[in-house]
Amino acid sequence: MAKVFIYPATSLILSDLVARFGHKPLGAALGIRERIQTAGVDSPPLQITPEEPKRGLKYAAVEVPSGVRGRMAIYGPLIEEAEAAIIVTDADLAFGCMGCARTDELILFSLRQKGMPILELKYPTNEEEGILFVAAVRKFLTSLPEEGEA
Amino acid sequence: MNRKVRIAQLTCGAEYSGVQKEIYDAAESVGAEMFFPDIALADVERAVKAFGLDVRSADLKLMIARGMALVEGKVEADGVFIGTCFRCAEAAIVRNELRRYIPENSKLPVVSYSFTERTTSGTLLTRMEALTTIARRRALLAREEQTGITMGVDSGSSTTKAVVMKENKIVGTGWLPTTEVIKSAEGAVAQALEMAGLARENIQAIGTTGYGRFLIGKHFGADLIQEELTVNSKGAVYLAGHQRGASTVIDIGGMDNKAISVIDGIPGTFTMGGICAGASGRFLEMTAKRLGIDITELGPLAMKGMGKNVPMNSYCIVFGTQSLVNALAAGSSPEDVAAAACHSVAEQVFEQQLQEVDIKEPVIMVGGTSLIEGLVYAMGQLLQTEIVVPPYSQYIGAVGSALLASGFVQEK
Repeated sequence: MAKVFIYPATSLILSDLVARFGHKPLGAALGIRERIQTAGVDSPPLQITPEEPKRGLKYAAVEVPSGVRGRMAIYGPLIEEAEAAIIVTDADLAFGCMGCARTDELILFSLRQKGMPILELKYPTNEEEGILFVAAVRKFLTSLPEEGEA
Repeated sequence: MNRKVRIAQLTCGAEYSGVQKEIYDAAESVGAEMFFPDIALADVERAVKAFGLDVRSADLKLMIARGMALVEGKVEADGVFIGTCFRCAEAAIVRNELRRYIPENSKLPVVSYSFTERTTSGTLLTRMEALTTIARRRALLAREEQTGITMGVDSGSSTTKAVVMKENKIVGTGWLPTTEVIKSAEGAVAQALEMAGLARENIQAIGTTGYGRFLIGKHFGADLIQEELTVNSKGAVYLAGHQRGASTVIDIGGMDNKAISVIDGIPGTFTMGGICAGASGRFLEMTAKRLGIDITELGPLAMKGMGKNVPMNSYCIVFGTQSLVNALAAGSSPEDVAAAACHSVAEQVFEQQLQEVDIKEPVIMVGGTSLIEGLVYAMGQLLQTEIVVPPYSQYIGAVGSALLASGFVQEK
């Protein structure tokens, strides 16, 4: 089983595809769940406190907007943990959305810097492209090491 | 109990900056509630296209779509809070355009703010309070004449001012530096009452404003405790004799500055703050001290000098002071230094704040710094307009409070 970072990190479809092929999807659900389940934090709706943008300083300098650093505090550790990544560009908002274009740039750069296997795909716009899209994802995921191999 | 004022939140990055709770807390403390306008996903792309600003960040697209839904009346709100991350250029463009678009196309009061993770509910409180007041107290703000005997007290960060008004006339004024908040207020009130020849029991209603408004409001049993944005707008147009139509009010305070676009005496859009004390009256106080003169002498001195002769940038009060020291050490005249300090403060306010409101004439300058004629001149030069400084402009908050407090006279 490989730990696969998904982009957009909020994509339930990507998360589901990765899990179906026996790998662990690393995305928003994981990062946010950890915060929601942290007892004693009262900062609805995402339980992100002003501490997160400070932790985000590990990934982006202080002159980078706080929203980018706050997001990086969630996604940065997941990127560090990742062994592979699937990146879908030009995705429809309904497919998954990260909200901030500057964070997107930094996340994609950080992923590409890691030198790990990455599948980059354009979001399909018709059925034919959709079939090719799923086939490419499947091929990529099956090529990743399975449980015990990683 | 009044129903809660509903403030539509158009923000990008608030949750991830960890300030969403601060926004909720600020709203709750003034009896308001924040809500995110609900829109369909399909409306987002349509709205962005119709608005014509092709941004990349999805949360900014959402902001645009929500702003348009408010203007089109698809979602109802009493006021709008627009906020984005400080230092984000893409977001600043959207924030600025929405801040312009919404009041131009609707009657909704708007406040905009750029936050960092250090933004607290306290920082947002005055802005939220102003939004709530405009929505909830339109009838009170419509008051154009003072009746009965009322008193206004403005507990500012630098000075405390008190005014006694009787039948639409100012009959007593008091002024003291703010040290101990209640003690300073008591002193200013005593001065104003003495000048008016009246006693406390003659006062029919009291209004308080400024940073210490809650404390002194409780102390004096005030009928009206009101933030300075609405009070100053009201006071400014009242004293300037321009209660109807559009105007712009600028108040360069001791700690922060206010720029308010006013329509019929009611704030439309406003900004409050400033990056550093270098753009506030505090820097002028420091300049006067360094020149060895009283603050009241700074304005006339500046009028004799040429600001262009001295390089000065008071973006930061520390570096601004350094420029001041360097200029004097290099042999610049006190007149030129005074003029440069006034120009620098005016320029900071112009660049940082006046870009956030629509400047409409007349431009009315109020507050203690409006008495520094060098500063008023510099602002007039930057805005290319003649600035109006009404009589009693330094007492603006107290006058506005006394005027609005008279709305409570008949109730008694």
